[in-house]
Amino acid sequence: MLELRLSDHRQRHSVLGDIDVTIAAGDRICLLGPSGVGKTTLLNTLAGLDPRLSKGAIASRDDLRVGYLFQEHRLLPWRTVQQNLALVGATPEAVTRSMVDVGLSGYEQYLPNQLSTGMARRAALARCLAISPDLLLLDEPFASLDPDRAHELRSLILALLDAHPAMAMICVTHDPKDADYLANRLWYLAGRPAQLQWDGTLRSDASAESITGRLRQEARTETV
Amino acid sequence: MKPARWTYWVMLPLALVFWAILARILDTALLPGPATVFETLIAAAQSGELGHHLGVTLRRVLISFVLAMVLGVVLGVWMGRSLLANALLDPLLVLFLNLPALVVIILLYVWFGLVETAAVMAVVINKVPNVAVTVREGARSLDPQLEQMARVYQFTDWQRVVHVWGPQLFPYLMAATRGGLALIWKIVLVVELLGRSDGIGFQLHLAFQVFDVASILAHSLAFVGVVQLIELVVLQPMERRASRWRTAGVTHA
Repeated sequence: MLELRLSDHRQRHSVLGDIDVTIAAGDRICLLGPSGVGKTTLLNTLAGLDPRLSKGAIASRDDLRVGYLFQEHRLLPWRTVQQNLALVGATPEAVTRSMVDVGLSGYEQYLPNQLSTGMARRAALARCLAISPDLLLLDEPFASLDPDRAHELRSLILALLDAHPAMAMICVTHDPKDADYLANRLWYLAGRPAQLQWDGTLRSDASAESITGRLRQEARTETV
Repeated sequence: MKPARWTYWVMLPLALVFWAILARILDTALLPGPATVFETLIAAAQSGELGHHLGVTLRRVLISFVLAMVLGVVLGVWMGRSLLANALLDPLLVLFLNLPALVVIILLYVWFGLVETAAVMAVVINKVPNVAVTVREGARSLDPQLEQMARVYQFTDWQRVVHVWGPQLFPYLMAATRGGLALIWKIVLVVELLGRSDGIGFQLHLAFQVFDVASILAHSLAFVGVVQLIELVVLQPMERRASRWRTAGVTHA
Protein backbone atom coordinates (compact mmCIF):
# COMPACT_ATOMS: atom_id res chain seq x y z
CA MET A 1 0.00 0.00 0.00
CA LEU A 2 3.00 2.28 0.42
CA GLU A 3 6.40 2.29 -1.23
CA LEU A 4 9.36 4.45 -0.36
CA ARG A 5 12.20 4.68 -2.90
CA LEU A 6 14.98 6.92 -1.74
CA SER A 7 17.65 5.25 -3.92
CA ASP A 8 16.05 6.04 -7.33
CA HIS A 9 15.87 9.68 -6.46
CA ARG A 10 19.46 10.64 -6.26
CA GLN A 11 18.84 13.37 -3.78
CA ARG A 12 21.16 14.08 -0.95
CA HIS A 13 19.19 13.50 2.17
CA SER A 14 21.19 14.55 5.18
CA VAL A 15 20.02 11.77 7.48
CA LEU A 16 18.61 8.93 5.42
CA GLY A 17 20.63 6.94 2.86
CA ASP A 18 19.38 4.51 0.24
CA ILE A 19 16.21 3.08 1.66
CA ASP A 20 13.78 1.10 -0.46
CA VAL A 21 10.85 -0.39 1.37
CA THR A 22 7.38 -1.63 0.60
CA ILE A 23 4.70 -1.80 3.22
CA ALA A 24 1.77 -4.15 2.72
CA ALA A 25 -1.55 -4.44 4.50
CA GLY A 26 -1.23 -6.39 7.71
CA ASP A 27 2.46 -5.63 8.14
CA ARG A 28 3.37 -5.07 11.77
CA ILE A 29 6.77 -3.51 11.63
CA CYS A 30 8.93 -2.49 14.54
CA LEU A 31 11.71 -0.06 13.69
CA LEU A 32 14.76 -0.32 15.90
CA GLY A 33 18.15 1.31 15.84
CA PRO A 34 20.60 3.37 17.86
CA SER A 35 19.24 6.66 19.20
CA GLY A 36 19.67 9.65 16.95
CA VAL A 37 20.06 7.52 13.84
CA GLY A 38 16.95 8.89 12.12
CA LYS A 39 14.10 6.61 13.12
CA THR A 40 11.68 9.50 13.60
CA THR A 41 12.96 11.08 10.37
CA LEU A 42 12.11 7.88 8.50
CA LEU A 43 8.69 7.77 10.09
CA ASN A 44 8.05 11.41 9.14
CA THR A 45 9.20 10.68 5.61
CA LEU A 46 6.77 7.79 5.36
CA ALA A 47 4.02 10.08 6.65
CA GLY A 48 4.82 12.52 3.84
CA LEU A 49 6.12 15.18 6.20
CA ASP A 50 9.52 15.67 4.58
CA PRO A 51 9.36 18.78 2.39
CA ARG A 52 12.76 18.05 0.79
CA LEU A 53 11.50 14.83 -0.71
CA SER A 54 10.82 14.93 -4.45
CA LYS A 55 7.50 13.74 -5.74
CA GLY A 56 7.59 10.10 -6.68
CA ALA A 57 9.88 9.04 -3.87
CA ILE A 58 6.76 7.91 -2.08
CA ALA A 59 4.15 5.94 -3.94
CA SER A 60 0.98 5.25 -2.04
CA ARG A 61 -2.67 4.67 -2.65
CA ASP A 62 -4.37 8.05 -3.05
CA ASP A 63 -6.89 7.45 -0.32
CA LEU A 64 -4.38 5.99 2.12
CA ARG A 65 -5.36 7.06 5.60
CA VAL A 66 -2.45 7.49 7.97
CA GLY A 67 -2.82 7.67 11.74
CA TYR A 68 0.29 9.04 13.37
CA LEU A 69 0.94 8.80 17.10
CA PHE A 70 3.70 11.33 17.71
CA GLN A 71 6.04 11.18 20.69
CA GLU A 72 4.11 14.07 22.19
CA HIS A 73 0.34 13.81 22.10
CA ARG A 74 0.00 16.81 19.75
CA LEU A 75 -3.65 17.19 20.53
CA LEU A 76 -4.80 20.79 20.24
CA PRO A 77 -4.61 21.89 23.90
CA TRP A 78 -7.41 24.45 23.42
CA ARG A 79 -9.91 21.86 22.20
CA THR A 80 -11.50 19.03 24.16
CA VAL A 81 -10.56 15.45 23.34
CA GLN A 82 -13.86 15.04 21.55
CA GLN A 83 -13.31 18.17 19.45
CA ASN A 84 -9.80 16.97 18.63
CA LEU A 85 -11.17 13.71 17.34
CA ALA A 86 -13.98 15.40 15.43
CA LEU A 87 -11.46 17.71 13.75
CA VAL A 88 -9.72 14.83 11.97
CA GLY A 89 -13.07 13.90 10.48
CA ALA A 90 -14.36 11.35 12.97
CA THR A 91 -18.12 10.92 13.16
CA PRO A 92 -19.68 11.04 16.64
CA GLU A 93 -19.98 7.24 16.53
CA ALA A 94 -16.31 6.88 15.58
CA VAL A 95 -15.35 9.20 18.46
CA THR A 96 -17.31 7.11 20.96
CA ARG A 97 -15.99 3.84 19.53
CA SER A 98 -12.33 4.82 19.55
CA MET A 99 -12.58 6.35 23.03
CA VAL A 100 -13.98 3.03 24.26
CA ASP A 101 -11.24 1.18 22.36
CA VAL A 102 -8.48 3.01 24.22
CA GLY A 103 -10.30 2.84 27.55
CA LEU A 104 -11.00 6.55 27.86
CA SER A 105 -14.78 6.68 27.59
CA GLY A 106 -16.08 9.42 29.86
CA TYR A 107 -13.11 11.68 29.18
CA GLU A 108 -14.48 13.16 25.92
CA GLN A 109 -15.03 16.61 27.39
CA TYR A 110 -11.59 16.89 29.02
CA LEU A 111 -8.90 19.18 27.70
CA PRO A 112 -5.66 17.39 26.78
CA ASN A 113 -3.72 19.15 29.56
CA GLN A 114 -6.11 17.80 32.15
CA LEU A 115 -5.05 14.25 31.30
CA SER A 116 -1.95 12.45 32.54
CA THR A 117 0.85 11.61 30.09
CA GLY A 118 -0.38 8.09 29.59
CA MET A 119 -4.01 9.10 29.19
CA ALA A 120 -3.13 11.88 26.76
CA ARG A 121 -1.15 9.39 24.69
CA ARG A 122 -4.13 7.04 24.64
CA ALA A 123 -6.34 9.98 23.63
CA ALA A 124 -3.92 10.65 20.77
CA LEU A 125 -4.10 6.96 19.88
CA ALA A 126 -7.89 7.29 19.84
CA ARG A 127 -7.47 10.09 17.31
CA CYS A 128 -5.34 7.77 15.13
CA LEU A 129 -8.01 5.08 15.31
CA ALA A 130 -10.92 7.47 14.77
CA ILE A 131 -10.03 7.85 11.11
CA SER A 132 -9.90 4.03 10.64
CA PRO A 133 -6.32 4.22 9.35
CA ASP A 134 -4.78 1.89 6.79
CA LEU A 135 -1.38 2.66 8.22
CA LEU A 136 -0.67 3.34 11.87
CA LEU A 137 2.61 5.09 12.70
CA LEU A 138 3.74 4.97 16.32
CA ASP A 139 6.76 6.94 17.50
CA GLU A 140 8.13 5.59 20.79
CA PRO A 141 4.62 4.93 22.14
CA PHE A 142 5.95 3.46 25.41
CA ALA A 143 8.50 6.16 26.23
CA SER A 144 8.11 8.02 29.55
CA LEU A 145 5.43 5.65 30.82
CA ASP A 146 5.95 3.62 33.97
CA PRO A 147 6.31 -0.16 33.35
CA ASP A 148 2.68 -0.92 34.22
CA ARG A 149 1.25 1.78 31.95
CA ALA A 150 3.66 0.75 29.18
CA HIS A 151 2.53 -2.85 29.48
CA GLU A 152 -1.13 -1.79 29.40
CA LEU A 153 -0.59 0.26 26.27
CA ARG A 154 1.35 -2.58 24.62
CA SER A 155 -1.51 -5.02 25.23
CA LEU A 156 -3.97 -2.41 24.03
CA ILE A 157 -2.09 -1.89 20.76
CA LEU A 158 -1.78 -5.64 20.22
CA ALA A 159 -5.52 -6.04 20.78
CA LEU A 160 -6.24 -3.22 18.32
CA LEU A 161 -3.97 -4.77 15.71
CA ASP A 162 -5.72 -8.11 16.12
CA ALA A 163 -9.09 -6.38 15.82
CA HIS A 164 -8.02 -4.69 12.55
CA PRO A 165 -5.92 -7.31 10.75
CA ALA A 166 -5.70 -5.29 7.53
CA MET A 167 -4.20 -2.27 9.25
CA ALA A 168 -0.43 -1.93 8.83
CA MET A 169 1.70 -0.61 11.67
CA ILE A 170 5.16 0.86 11.95
CA CYS A 171 6.31 1.33 15.51
CA VAL A 172 9.54 3.05 16.46
CA THR A 173 10.96 1.66 19.67
CA HIS A 174 14.30 1.08 21.31
CA ASP A 175 13.29 -2.13 23.04
CA PRO A 176 13.53 -5.39 21.00
CA LYS A 177 11.06 -6.93 23.44
CA ASP A 178 8.37 -4.59 22.06
CA ALA A 179 9.14 -5.97 18.61
CA ASP A 180 8.85 -9.58 19.74
CA TYR A 181 5.56 -8.77 21.39
CA LEU A 182 3.94 -6.66 18.67
CA ALA A 183 5.62 -7.15 15.32
CA ASN A 184 5.80 -9.68 12.53
CA ARG A 185 8.53 -7.78 10.70
CA LEU A 186 11.66 -6.05 11.93
CA TRP A 187 13.54 -3.06 10.56
CA TYR A 188 16.93 -2.19 11.94
CA LEU A 189 18.16 1.27 10.98
CA ALA A 190 21.83 2.16 11.45
CA GLY A 191 24.76 3.93 9.84
CA ARG A 192 25.35 7.43 8.57
CA PRO A 193 23.56 8.13 6.32
CA ALA A 194 21.15 5.67 7.83
CA GLN A 195 20.23 2.52 5.98
CA LEU A 196 18.12 -0.47 6.82
CA GLN A 197 20.61 -3.09 8.01
CA TRP A 198 17.82 -5.57 8.43
CA ASP A 199 14.38 -5.98 6.92
CA GLY A 200 12.88 -9.37 7.61
CA THR A 201 9.98 -11.19 9.09
CA LEU A 202 10.07 -12.22 12.70
CA ARG A 203 9.53 -15.83 13.66
CA SER A 204 9.74 -17.59 16.95
CA ASP A 205 13.19 -19.03 16.09
CA ALA A 206 14.54 -15.61 15.09
CA SER A 207 13.55 -13.14 17.74
CA ALA A 208 14.10 -9.41 17.50
CA GLU A 209 16.30 -9.60 20.56
CA SER A 210 18.72 -12.06 19.00
CA ILE A 211 18.76 -10.25 15.63
CA THR A 212 19.38 -6.79 17.08
CA GLY A 213 21.94 -8.23 19.48
CA ARG A 214 23.84 -9.71 16.54
CA LEU A 215 23.58 -6.48 14.51
CA ARG A 216 24.90 -4.43 17.41
CA GLN A 217 27.73 -6.91 17.85
CA GLU A 218 28.66 -6.65 14.15
CA ALA A 219 28.63 -2.85 14.30
CA ARG A 220 30.94 -2.98 17.29
CA THR A 221 33.46 -5.33 15.67
CA GLU A 222 33.47 -3.17 12.49
CA THR A 223 34.40 -0.07 14.40
CA VAL A 224 37.12 -1.99 16.24
CA MET B 1 -0.48 36.48 45.49
CA LYS B 2 -3.51 38.11 43.91
CA PRO B 3 -4.11 41.59 45.39
CA ALA B 4 -7.52 42.36 46.89
CA ARG B 5 -10.21 43.76 44.60
CA TRP B 6 -10.31 47.15 46.28
CA THR B 7 -6.70 47.85 45.31
CA TYR B 8 -7.99 48.60 41.80
CA TRP B 9 -10.05 51.44 43.27
CA VAL B 10 -7.40 53.40 45.16
CA MET B 11 -5.54 55.57 42.70
CA LEU B 12 -8.48 56.78 40.60
CA PRO B 13 -10.54 58.31 43.47
CA LEU B 14 -7.32 59.67 44.95
CA ALA B 15 -6.53 61.44 41.67
CA LEU B 16 -10.07 62.80 41.63
CA VAL B 17 -9.71 64.23 45.14
CA PHE B 18 -6.32 65.70 44.27
CA TRP B 19 -7.81 67.33 41.18
CA ALA B 20 -10.75 68.77 43.17
CA ILE B 21 -8.46 70.24 45.83
CA LEU B 22 -6.07 71.71 43.26
CA ALA B 23 -8.97 73.28 41.33
CA ARG B 24 -10.36 74.76 44.56
CA ILE B 25 -7.00 76.28 45.55
CA LEU B 26 -6.14 77.70 42.12
CA ASP B 27 -9.72 78.84 41.49
CA THR B 28 -9.22 79.58 37.77
CA ALA B 29 -11.33 78.96 34.66
CA LEU B 30 -8.31 77.16 33.15
CA LEU B 31 -8.68 74.29 35.66
CA PRO B 32 -12.34 73.61 36.42
CA GLY B 33 -13.07 71.15 39.22
CA PRO B 34 -14.59 67.70 38.71
CA ALA B 35 -18.07 69.00 39.54
CA THR B 36 -17.95 71.65 36.81
CA VAL B 37 -16.67 69.13 34.26
CA PHE B 38 -19.42 66.72 35.24
CA GLU B 39 -22.06 69.43 34.84
CA THR B 40 -20.69 70.26 31.37
CA LEU B 41 -20.80 66.57 30.52
CA ILE B 42 -24.44 66.26 31.61
CA ALA B 43 -25.43 69.39 29.73
CA ALA B 44 -23.72 68.19 26.56
CA ALA B 45 -25.34 64.80 26.91
CA GLN B 46 -28.81 66.29 27.45
CA SER B 47 -28.57 68.53 24.40
CA GLY B 48 -27.80 65.40 22.34
CA GLU B 49 -24.63 67.07 21.08
CA LEU B 50 -22.31 64.73 23.01
CA GLY B 51 -24.12 61.60 21.83
CA HIS B 52 -23.97 62.73 18.21
CA HIS B 53 -20.25 63.50 18.18
CA LEU B 54 -19.40 60.46 20.31
CA GLY B 55 -21.28 58.28 17.83
CA VAL B 56 -19.50 59.82 14.85
CA THR B 57 -16.06 59.34 16.43
CA LEU B 58 -16.89 55.83 17.58
CA ARG B 59 -17.98 54.91 14.06
CA ARG B 60 -14.70 56.18 12.63
CA VAL B 61 -12.75 54.31 15.31
CA LEU B 62 -14.56 51.04 14.62
CA ILE B 63 -14.26 51.25 10.83
CA SER B 64 -10.56 52.10 10.98
CA PHE B 65 -9.99 49.48 13.65
CA VAL B 66 -11.59 46.67 11.65
CA LEU B 67 -9.77 47.66 8.45
CA ALA B 68 -6.42 48.01 10.23
CA MET B 69 -6.80 44.69 12.04
CA VAL B 70 -7.77 42.76 8.91
CA LEU B 71 -4.97 44.23 6.79
CA GLY B 72 -2.44 44.02 9.62
CA VAL B 73 -3.25 40.39 10.44
CA VAL B 74 -3.03 39.30 6.80
CA LEU B 75 0.25 41.15 6.36
CA GLY B 76 1.65 39.94 9.68
CA VAL B 77 0.81 36.28 9.13
CA TRP B 78 2.18 36.41 5.60
CA MET B 79 5.43 38.02 6.72
CA GLY B 80 5.72 35.66 9.67
CA ARG B 81 5.27 32.55 7.53
CA SER B 82 7.19 33.50 4.39
CA LEU B 83 10.82 34.54 4.58
CA LEU B 84 10.59 36.02 1.08
CA ALA B 85 7.57 38.17 1.95
CA ASN B 86 9.35 39.31 5.08
CA ALA B 87 12.53 40.23 3.21
CA LEU B 88 10.54 42.16 0.61
CA LEU B 89 8.20 43.99 2.94
CA ASP B 90 10.26 44.53 6.08
CA PRO B 91 11.97 47.76 4.91
CA LEU B 92 8.58 49.21 3.98
CA LEU B 93 7.20 48.18 7.34
CA VAL B 94 10.01 49.94 9.18
CA LEU B 95 9.44 53.04 7.04
CA PHE B 96 5.72 53.18 7.82
CA LEU B 97 6.28 52.34 11.51
CA ASN B 98 8.43 55.45 11.82
CA LEU B 99 6.39 57.76 9.65
CA PRO B 100 4.79 60.32 12.00
CA ALA B 101 1.00 60.02 12.18
CA LEU B 102 0.67 63.73 11.54
CA VAL B 103 2.56 63.50 8.23
CA VAL B 104 0.26 60.76 6.93
CA ILE B 105 -2.82 62.73 7.96
CA ILE B 106 -1.64 65.97 6.34
CA LEU B 107 -0.55 64.27 3.12
CA LEU B 108 -3.83 62.37 2.69
CA TYR B 109 -5.87 65.53 3.32
CA VAL B 110 -3.73 67.41 0.81
CA TRP B 111 -4.01 64.71 -1.82
CA PHE B 112 -7.62 63.60 -1.39
CA GLY B 113 -9.23 66.65 0.21
CA LEU B 114 -10.92 66.93 3.59
CA VAL B 115 -13.14 63.86 3.05
CA GLU B 116 -14.17 60.93 5.20
CA THR B 117 -12.21 58.39 3.12
CA ALA B 118 -8.97 60.32 3.59
CA ALA B 119 -9.61 60.52 7.33
CA VAL B 120 -10.21 56.79 7.73
CA MET B 121 -7.34 55.89 5.41
CA ALA B 122 -4.96 58.05 7.41
CA VAL B 123 -5.86 56.21 10.61
CA VAL B 124 -5.59 52.80 8.96
CA ILE B 125 -2.17 53.54 7.46
CA ASN B 126 -0.97 54.63 10.88
CA LYS B 127 -2.18 51.49 12.60
CA VAL B 128 -1.54 48.66 10.12
CA PRO B 129 2.26 48.49 10.70
CA ASN B 130 1.80 48.09 14.47
CA VAL B 131 -0.69 45.26 14.02
CA ALA B 132 1.52 43.59 11.41
CA VAL B 133 4.61 43.70 13.63
CA THR B 134 2.77 42.19 16.60
CA VAL B 135 1.04 39.48 14.58
CA ARG B 136 4.26 38.67 12.73
CA GLU B 137 5.83 37.65 16.06
CA GLY B 138 2.87 35.36 16.65
CA ALA B 139 3.05 33.82 13.20
CA ARG B 140 6.75 33.15 13.68
CA SER B 141 6.13 31.28 16.91
CA LEU B 142 3.44 28.96 15.53
CA ASP B 143 4.16 25.43 16.77
CA PRO B 144 5.77 23.38 13.94
CA GLN B 145 4.74 20.15 15.67
CA LEU B 146 1.09 21.06 15.36
CA GLU B 147 1.72 21.97 11.71
CA GLN B 148 2.96 18.42 11.11
CA MET B 149 -0.06 17.05 12.92
CA ALA B 150 -2.38 19.16 10.77
CA ARG B 151 -0.66 17.89 7.62
CA VAL B 152 -0.85 14.23 8.58
CA TYR B 153 -4.52 14.50 9.43
CA GLN B 154 -5.22 16.55 6.29
CA PHE B 155 -6.73 19.60 7.95
CA THR B 156 -8.45 21.97 5.55
CA ASP B 157 -7.15 25.55 5.32
CA TRP B 158 -10.19 26.70 7.23
CA GLN B 159 -9.58 24.20 10.06
CA ARG B 160 -5.96 25.23 10.18
CA VAL B 161 -6.81 28.92 10.55
CA VAL B 162 -9.63 28.50 13.05
CA HIS B 163 -8.43 25.60 15.18
CA VAL B 164 -4.62 25.56 14.89
CA TRP B 165 -3.45 29.09 14.10
CA GLY B 166 -6.23 31.17 15.66
CA PRO B 167 -5.77 30.03 19.26
CA GLN B 168 -1.99 30.37 18.97
CA LEU B 169 -2.27 33.88 17.55
CA PHE B 170 -4.95 34.93 20.02
CA PRO B 171 -2.63 36.57 22.63
CA TYR B 172 -0.95 38.53 19.85
CA LEU B 173 -4.31 39.58 18.42
CA MET B 174 -5.36 40.70 21.91
CA ALA B 175 -2.18 42.77 22.29
CA ALA B 176 -2.78 44.32 18.87
CA THR B 177 -6.42 45.02 19.76
CA ARG B 178 -5.63 46.69 23.08
CA GLY B 179 -2.83 48.82 21.70
CA GLY B 180 -4.89 49.37 18.57
CA LEU B 181 -7.99 50.72 20.23
CA ALA B 182 -6.01 53.14 22.38
CA LEU B 183 -3.84 54.36 19.49
CA ILE B 184 -6.63 54.56 16.93
CA TRP B 185 -8.98 56.73 18.91
CA LYS B 186 -6.20 59.18 19.63
CA ILE B 187 -5.32 59.42 15.94
CA VAL B 188 -9.00 59.75 15.02
CA LEU B 189 -9.20 62.82 17.25
CA VAL B 190 -6.26 64.41 15.44
CA VAL B 191 -7.80 63.56 12.08
CA GLU B 192 -11.08 65.15 13.19
CA LEU B 193 -9.38 68.19 14.57
CA LEU B 194 -7.52 68.81 11.32
CA GLY B 195 -10.16 68.13 8.73
CA ARG B 196 -13.63 67.06 9.82
CA SER B 197 -16.63 69.08 10.97
CA ASP B 198 -17.99 66.56 13.47
CA GLY B 199 -16.75 64.13 16.09
CA ILE B 200 -15.08 64.56 19.47
CA GLY B 201 -11.90 65.89 17.83
CA PHE B 202 -13.88 68.66 16.16
CA GLN B 203 -15.55 69.54 19.47
CA LEU B 204 -12.15 69.71 21.14
CA HIS B 205 -11.04 72.05 18.37
CA LEU B 206 -13.98 74.39 19.07
CA ALA B 207 -13.36 74.27 22.82
CA PHE B 208 -9.66 74.95 22.28
CA GLN B 209 -10.42 78.15 20.35
CA VAL B 210 -12.26 79.62 23.35
CA PHE B 211 -10.08 77.90 25.98
CA ASP B 212 -13.10 76.02 27.29
CA VAL B 213 -11.17 73.55 29.46
CA ALA B 214 -14.30 72.10 31.06
CA SER B 215 -15.62 71.10 27.66
CA ILE B 216 -12.26 69.64 26.62
CA LEU B 217 -12.10 67.48 29.73
CA ALA B 218 -15.77 66.49 29.52
CA HIS B 219 -15.46 65.27 25.93
CA SER B 220 -12.23 63.37 26.40
CA LEU B 221 -13.41 61.75 29.63
CA ALA B 222 -16.59 60.66 27.88
CA PHE B 223 -14.54 58.84 25.27
CA VAL B 224 -12.17 57.32 27.81
CA GLY B 225 -15.28 55.97 29.50
CA VAL B 226 -16.49 54.41 26.25
CA VAL B 227 -13.12 52.70 25.62
CA GLN B 228 -13.07 51.44 29.22
CA LEU B 229 -16.55 50.03 28.67
CA ILE B 230 -15.40 48.19 25.53
CA GLU B 231 -12.50 46.76 27.54
CA LEU B 232 -14.76 45.53 30.34
CA VAL B 233 -17.72 44.32 28.31
CA VAL B 234 -16.05 42.93 25.17
CA LEU B 235 -12.30 42.38 25.51
CA GLN B 236 -11.94 40.98 29.01
CA PRO B 237 -14.74 38.39 28.79
CA MET B 238 -13.42 37.34 25.37
CA GLU B 239 -9.94 36.92 26.78
CA ARG B 240 -11.12 34.95 29.80
CA ARG B 241 -13.09 32.61 27.58
CA ALA B 242 -10.24 32.02 25.14
CA SER B 243 -7.59 31.51 27.82
CA ARG B 244 -9.51 29.00 29.90
CA TRP B 245 -7.58 26.05 28.44
CA ARG B 246 -4.27 27.47 29.71
CA THR B 247 -5.20 27.01 33.36
CA ALA B 248 -7.07 23.75 32.84
CA GLY B 249 -4.04 21.54 33.46
CA VAL B 250 -2.98 23.46 36.56
CA THR B 251 -6.29 23.28 38.36
CA HIS B 252 -6.87 19.61 37.62
CA ALA B 253 -3.51 17.88 37.89
